[in-house]
Amino acid sequence: MARAVVTVPARATRGEIVEVKTLAQHPMETGFRRTQTGELIPRDIIRRFTCTYNGTEVYRVELHPAMSANPLIAFSTIAAETGTLAFQWVGDNGYSVTETASISVE
Amino acid sequence: MGTTRREFLILAAISLAVPEAARAQLDPNLAANRKAAFQEALRRIVGDAQVRRGRVKLRLPPLIDNGNSVPLAVAVESPMTQADHVRAIHVLTEKNPLPDVVSVRLGPRAGRATLATRVRLADTQSVTAIAQMSDGSFWSDSAEVVVTLSACLEEGLI
Amino acid sequence: MSLRTALLFAASLLCARAGAGEIPPSERRSGYDLMSRETRAMQDDDATNPGMLWVLDGETLWNRKAGAADRACSDCHGDARESMKAVAARYPAFDAALGRPVNLEQRINMCRSKRQKAPPLAFESRELLALAAYVARQSRGLPINITIDARTRPFLEAGREAFFRRQGQLNLACAQCHDDHWSGKLAGSPITQAHPTGYPLYRLEWQGLGSLERRLRGCLTGVRAESYPYGAPELVNLELYLMWRANGMRMETPAVRP
Repeated sequence: MARAVVTVPARATRGEIVEVKTLAQHPMETGFRRTQTGELIPRDIIRRFTCTYNGTEVYRVELHPAMSANPLIAFSTIAAETGTLAFQWVGDNGYSVTETASISVE
Repeated sequence: MGTTRREFLILAAISLAVPEAARAQLDPNLAANRKAAFQEALRRIVGDAQVRRGRVKLRLPPLIDNGNSVPLAVAVESPMTQADHVRAIHVLTEKNPLPDVVSVRLGPRAGRATLATRVRLADTQSVTAIAQMSDGSFWSDSAEVVVTLSACLEEGLI
Repeated sequence: MSLRTALLFAASLLCARAGAGEIPPSERRSGYDLMSRETRAMQDDDATNPGMLWVLDGETLWNRKAGAADRACSDCHGDARESMKAVAARYPAFDAALGRPVNLEQRINMCRSKRQKAPPLAFESRELLALAAYVARQSRGLPINITIDARTRPFLEAGREAFFRRQGQLNLACAQCHDDHWSGKLAGSPITQAHPTGYPLYRLEWQGLGSLERRLRGCLTGVRAESYPYGAPELVNLELYLMWRANGMRMETPAVRP
């Protein structure tokens, strides 16, 4: 149930700056923690997040172990035209989650 | 205040009794190593360019409930046009095990040069945000944060 | 002696003054009120509250067929937004067959084994937390409503007795911190009144969602007492007492706490 939640306004006026909020479900294991018996827990993080708007990349994030678990990434984008915002999270151990949101621009 | 012979012997005995894993965490050069790592990370981002104060606003709460999740927001002053925009935003810490926290690539399509996220802060420390503009210039802001430890922790932080 | 042990010891000395007893209803406060502005905002906005990730998983599970009966929760209960409204606010609730109160997680597992013919979900598993969070989410904003009758009174009294009993190597009772010193601080963190208004909740320390029993077990470990296993009647009695003590307070699931 690898899941992500994105919040994008359903409609906007052309040229308006809209807020985008994203949450991805991930422990963001730092690679610095140890188990109770002293063994190092291997790193397991999301390394990259991208947001494309009708195919054009508008925001890209490189994440490090200092990002909190279940990372929040919130930013803005210009409502250019009606279409789809596509989000992708890629990380260690083959982690890959995609999510989309539609926006109607008048 | 000096260390008495008795205190020294006790400390020496304790340090020998600490298991290997714990001793590794008590690296006496930790502070120096982290400072060097921060400088290295900074150089990787800005090269030899000069970093100026201003245009960047880094917001962190001055007192933090829990270092596992600290709200962090960066906003950079920029018209965000094709000719004049923010190209990248980087966040670095001085006392985390690794200096890099997050790096963002953006452009005019973002409309505003902002980032809101949540980060881990291992200790009371200074956090730095650096923005690279489309003309290649670098601007920065720093914030001091106090991380208090929760009283009834079940597990260690970070 | 670690710093934490020393602080707890200091707190126990402070408790030597006469116990203030139970908190009057007008002075009851949710842990929410003691959090920073930022952590409150994190709880308030569904778009940034990480507990919502579990709630959404719970919604998926609610509608997913499971077990030999090939039935989903929704096949019997329909739309949880209607059928589960205010349900979590009255748990733990008495189960006639068992002759004792059960908490929400136990009720979900009983449903699974009896109606769905599915194996029970492990305590604190992602699935059980998700389902409990989804069900409890339907009570958000509604008042906690535990009614006590002749059948449940002995369990409530057992829970109350546990709350006031000194336990563990630190010889501390729950009441010594949460009734007598709730306005104070322990190692910089506010001491709460221990009202379980938002479980399962997202704790920044856990970096994930957890149940009230996880929190109680953590507290017991904190006073160096031997903890009870998940689902133990002793824990459920304490849950019952705590929920009853919070009667009328609003549910916050999924809450966020430091």
